[in-house]
Order: sequence, then structure tokens, then C-alpha cells
Amino acid sequence: MTDYLWLLVALPLAGAVVNLFIGRRLGEKVAGWFGFGIVAAAFLIAFFAGVGFLGGDKLAETVLFFSWIPSVGADVAFLWDPLSVLLTLIVTGVGALIHLYSIGYMHGDARFPRFFAFLNLFIASMLILVLASNYALMFVGWELVGLSSYLLISFWFEKPSAAAAGKKAFIVNRIGDWGFLVALMIIFATFGTFDFQTIFAETPVLFGVGAGTITAITLLLFVGAAGKSAQIPLYIWLPDAMEGPTPVSALIHAATMVTAGVFMIARSAVLFDYAPTTAAIVAVVGAATALLAAVIAVAQTDIKKVLAYSTISQLGYMVLAVGVGAYSAGLFHLTTHAFFKALLFLGAGSVIHALAGEQDMRRMGGLRKVMPVTFITMGIAWLSIAGIIPFSGFWSKDEILAATFAKGGWWIGLWAIGIVVALITAFYMTRLFVMTFLGDSRAPEGVHPHESPATMTTPLIILAVFSAGIGGLNTPWQLVFEHYLEPAFAGVMHPAEAEFSTLFWLGAVALLVAVTGIVIAWRRYGRAELPAEDGSFWTNALGAFGVDDFYGRWIVAPGRRVAEWWASVFDPKVIDGGVHGIARLVTGSGDELRILQSGQVRWYASGVAIASVVLLVLFLILGGAF
Amino acid sequence: MTVTVTWYLLLGAALFSMGVAGVMIRRNALIMFMSIELMLNSVNLTFVAISKDLGLIEGQVAALFVMVIAAAEVTIGLAIIVAIFRKKASANVDELAELKG
Repeated sequence: MTDYLWLLVALPLAGAVVNLFIGRRLGEKVAGWFGFGIVAAAFLIAFFAGVGFLGGDKLAETVLFFSWIPSVGADVAFLWDPLSVLLTLIVTGVGALIHLYSIGYMHGDARFPRFFAFLNLFIASMLILVLASNYALMFVGWELVGLSSYLLISFWFEKPSAAAAGKKAFIVNRIGDWGFLVALMIIFATFGTFDFQTIFAETPVLFGVGAGTITAITLLLFVGAAGKSAQIPLYIWLPDAMEGPTPVSALIHAATMVTAGVFMIARSAVLFDYAPTTAAIVAVVGAATALLAAVIAVAQTDIKKVLAYSTISQLGYMVLAVGVGAYSAGLFHLTTHAFFKALLFLGAGSVIHALAGEQDMRRMGGLRKVMPVTFITMGIAWLSIAGIIPFSGFWSKDEILAATFAKGGWWIGLWAIGIVVALITAFYMTRLFVMTFLGDSRAPEGVHPHESPATMTTPLIILAVFSAGIGGLNTPWQLVFEHYLEPAFAGVMHPAEAEFSTLFWLGAVALLVAVTGIVIAWRRYGRAELPAEDGSFWTNALGAFGVDDFYGRWIVAPGRRVAEWWASVFDPKVIDGGVHGIARLVTGSGDELRILQSGQVRWYASGVAIASVVLLVLFLILGGAF
Repeated sequence: MTVTVTWYLLLGAALFSMGVAGVMIRRNALIMFMSIELMLNSVNLTFVAISKDLGLIEGQVAALFVMVIAAAEVTIGLAIIVAIFRKKASANVDELAELKG
């Protein structure tokens, strides 16, 4: 089956090209279903090519397409192992559902085919990223993901805020890309290749644990991961990116793009294993991001902003997990999160669609009656992210917390932060759910909410089934997921594991905390009147604690001043001055030399004759005749 | 008094100098043209003289080439002069200064 792997990237890429150039002629219906079908086909190929890994007897293989830069080990080749299969299935599977949903959601949009072209391009980019067999090709995918996210976030570019959000996402990601790129340079200088398997095989030979080179590489890689996976201090692009159409939020900011950073750390697990300092920094940053974003999410009134900050917070959990060294726990949370967060975004999109573009939760409410499918599926996602047994979020979140706790020492502090985040998560998700679906409608007059069309509800139902059930893949009794991923992390130390009884108590605490959060929020928001939220905490948290203003004042404004100096002083004086100087030199000398161009044939002939004599004499002198 | 190759070379140089002077001094296009022919043939003379002196055939080959090219050049040059004469009713090259910068 691996013979067909090239189709995984080729199909969405072809879809993008077709939709971009003749999508308008195909019409909305064909363009949309074509875009969806091509991603679904990629999913099926990936599924049949990767299903062998489940049995555990299939070996990882490298599928070479052609040599790109052979001398540096940068081939266009796929590394087909359990890790890349997992990500491919998530990207194409959840991606296909989001395509299907978009057929309904984007109905009637003026640039409908272009939207599907961009979605397909995004899928292709993400697949290059996850399937790459070396850092160089991974970086190509990494950059393409950045490009397609820019195109999708600023899809409604007529809105200045959407255009600005796209630029912001792109520029903030560039900072992360810088880290990744420098890391690649050090990797090449150290190992002389970009190939994953060579690098990971040589690391234990060349270095001891805690080697400075590896620490530098991993720290820079983490800068890249923090950019894509929206961690402190580079998370600020993600909330703004909600300016894109809601399916884009679901695709980029829940299921795929933001997982790239976590995936990259998991892929580089061997390197991070040899840099415990970096791993500790990664874990602390993850926990801090989880806490900060969760607190901000509490006060948001825009339904998509709540989900945006919740995404950042959940990514914090994943980063914490990979920092702890519990890679399979982190990837498991990545998987469950892909399902329930995509579901939450698509559900929110369904609500926004029903309310004719309304995103403020204070003007929602009472939607359970008119939107039963959205209500029930969103309910499952809510319980899942809040961490209620037996929904998927409980199992994956609990595994991360247990792995953190099991490390002992100061890591227990990180576990405590994780528990607090779990409490806050349950609180703000309940707030969102109650404000949106329960109580009476607070929608303005004239808005008549309605259930969304089948193209939109079908993905919701499928995602809800997975959100509810996928946790069963990795319970303390049955570690299917962990065993599946084991070959991908063969060279990595195993994280500390807790006793079963400890696991039980940790799970009980997490569950108790989640229920507490839900009850507090339910009592607060489950009333006819919404509580006033205008205290200093609420306004500060609503404004995301002024981090954006801080960056604006201390980074963007000085940067702008520097750029203005270059634009208003350096460019006109030095650059233009240089160019004008050369031009003046040419015209001036031309004016002086024009007398030579007399138009007289005899004048020219004399020139030739005299020059010949001069040259002749010169050569004779040089030749030593005189 | 024997005639050595030096005599031929001096004659060639003298003819060539006359040709150069003719091109530089005379204004009539036809005279200039004849001066050019003079230069070409003085070079031919030099070629042949040296060829004979050194016992090499290359000089005579070069002279033949020069003759062929001179013939072609005369054809084109005369055609141009006739064309100019039709237009200007004059063969004075100093009146042809349209390309003055």
C-alpha cells in the first residue's frame, strides 16, 4: 500500500489546483463535493496503508520519491511510522469532516471554490509536514502550513480585522520559524544531515544527557513549536485568528495546524530526551500557558474567543505532556482534542450560522429546543473537554496529569496547576454551554434560529461519536494507543508510571474537580438573569490581561519606529541617493562625451587610425622592443 | 643592388600610410573608398612578400581571402555610395552627419 502514499499529498494538491483554476466554472456544488471527496480519498488511502501498524507487526518504512539535496540527507521521502500515520489520519479524517461541513457553512459565499482550494492546500501542506522523513522537508511543510493559514484566516479580506489577523498569525509564526530554522542549521552543523533516523541514531553515540548542543537545538525547536502550537509568549495570534470562517478555526486552530508544534517535539523525542533542561522548560511553559489561557477564557463573551483560549489552554496540556516525556499521553490528548475541539468549533459555527452571524454569548440562550442535534453533540464535546468520565477528554487529560504527578518532586507543582486548569476548564465550558443552549432566548427580535442543514450536522454527529468513545482506546486497563505508538518512541526513555491505586486517586481528584467546576458554573449561569461581569477581574481577563497592548507598546511600536527610520531616512537618502548618484554620473559623463560623437566618418576613421598606432606602440613597449 | 624583402615591406608600409592619410583627409566618398582599397592591397603585398620570404603558404592564402572580401566590400560600398548620391546629390561625407550626438 505504501506505493500509493504519494497520492496523500498529490490528491489534495490537485484538488487545490483544480478548485483554484476552474472551481468557478464547476459551480458551488461540484467544487465543494470535489474538495471533500479528494480529502476523504486521502483518508481512505492513509487508513488502508496504515492499518497494519495496529497489529504491531508492521515496521516503519521510509518511502523515497526522489532525491532533493542528497548531500545533506534532504530527500523528498515520507517516514511511514505509527506517529505519522496517526497524524495523517487525524488531518485527513477530521479535515474531511470539516470540508463536508464547509459545503453547508460557506453556501452562497462569493469565493466558495477558492475556500475549498485553500482548505485542500492546507491539508496537503500539513501532510507534507507530518509525513516528512527529514527536518528539511518538514520545514517545507511547516512554512506551507503558515502560508495556507494566512490565506484562510484572512479569507474575508474585505474586513480589515480579518486581513490584520492573517498578517498577525503569519508574522508571529515567523518568529517561531526563525527558531526552527536556526535549530536546523545547528542540527546540520552537528550531524551533517537532516534525516530523522540518522540524527536520532547518532544522538546517543555523540552526546551524553544534558549536552549543550542538544539543549540549544531543542530550545530553538521549542521556539518553533511555541509559534505553531500557540504557547507563551507566541500564543497571541490564535485568538485573533478567529476572524477566519468558523470551519477554518476548526481545521487550523483545533485539529491540525496547532498540533504541528506538539508533533514536532514528539518527532524529536530523542533529542528532547537528551536535554532534560529543555524538557523542564517545555513542561513549565505548557503548564503556564494552560493556566493563563484558561483564566482568560473564563471572561470571554465571544463564543469563538472562548474556544480559542480553550484551544491554547489544551495545547498547554499537550506541551506539558511532551515536556514530561509522556509522548503517547500528549499525542493521545492531541487526538481526543482534535475531535472534541473540532466538534466544539463546528457546533459554535452551527450556532453562529443559526443566529445570522451573532457571536456574543450574551445574546444567545435557549437554543436547545430549536437546534437539538447541535445541542446534543455540543453537550458531548462539553463533557469531554471538561473531563467527565467516560468521555474522551477525561482519559487523555488524566493520563497527562498522572504522568506529571508520577515524576514526583517539583513536578507535582505542575500537576497542581494542571488540576486548577481542569477546574477552570470545566467552569468556562459550562458557562459557554449554559449561556448558549439553556435558559431562554436572548436573541434580538427578528432572528429566528434554525437547525443547520445535513451537510453541517452529519460531521457534528460523527465527531460526537468519536469524542465520546475514543477515550476507550487508552484506559489504564487497556493501553491500545500507547502500544500502537511504542515503535515510534523505541529510542526514548519511558516516563515514570504511577501505581494503579495512585492512578485511581488521581482520576478521582480530577473528576471531582471537573464536577465542582461544572456545578459552580451551573449555579452561576443557570438562572434567568445573567450575573453582571464587570469587576476588575472580568474586564482584565476579557482584555486578555493586556498582553497584546504590552507587545504593541514594547515590540510592535519600537519595531515600527525602526522601520520608519529605514523608510524615511535610510531609503531616500542612502538607497535612492546611491541610485540617483549613479544616474547623475552617467548623464553627466554622457554630456561631456557627446562631442566625440560628431557624426563625421573621417573623424571616426582618424580615431581608429590613431588608436591603432597608440596600441601598436604600447604593445611594442610592453614586448620590450624599445 | 639586390631587392630584399625589406623593400617590399617598406613599399607596403608607404602604400598603407597613403591609404590612411587618404581616408582621413579626403572628403569625397569615392576617393576614401579608393584609399581603403589601397590599404587592403598594401597589406596583401606585405602578406605575399613575407610568405615568399619565409617559404610559407599561409600568407598567400590570407591575401586571397582579403581579395575576396575586398570584392564583396566594394560591391556593398559602391551600392551605399550610389544610394547616398541619389538622395543627397553629393558624395561629400562631411555632409552625412545625421548621427551627430
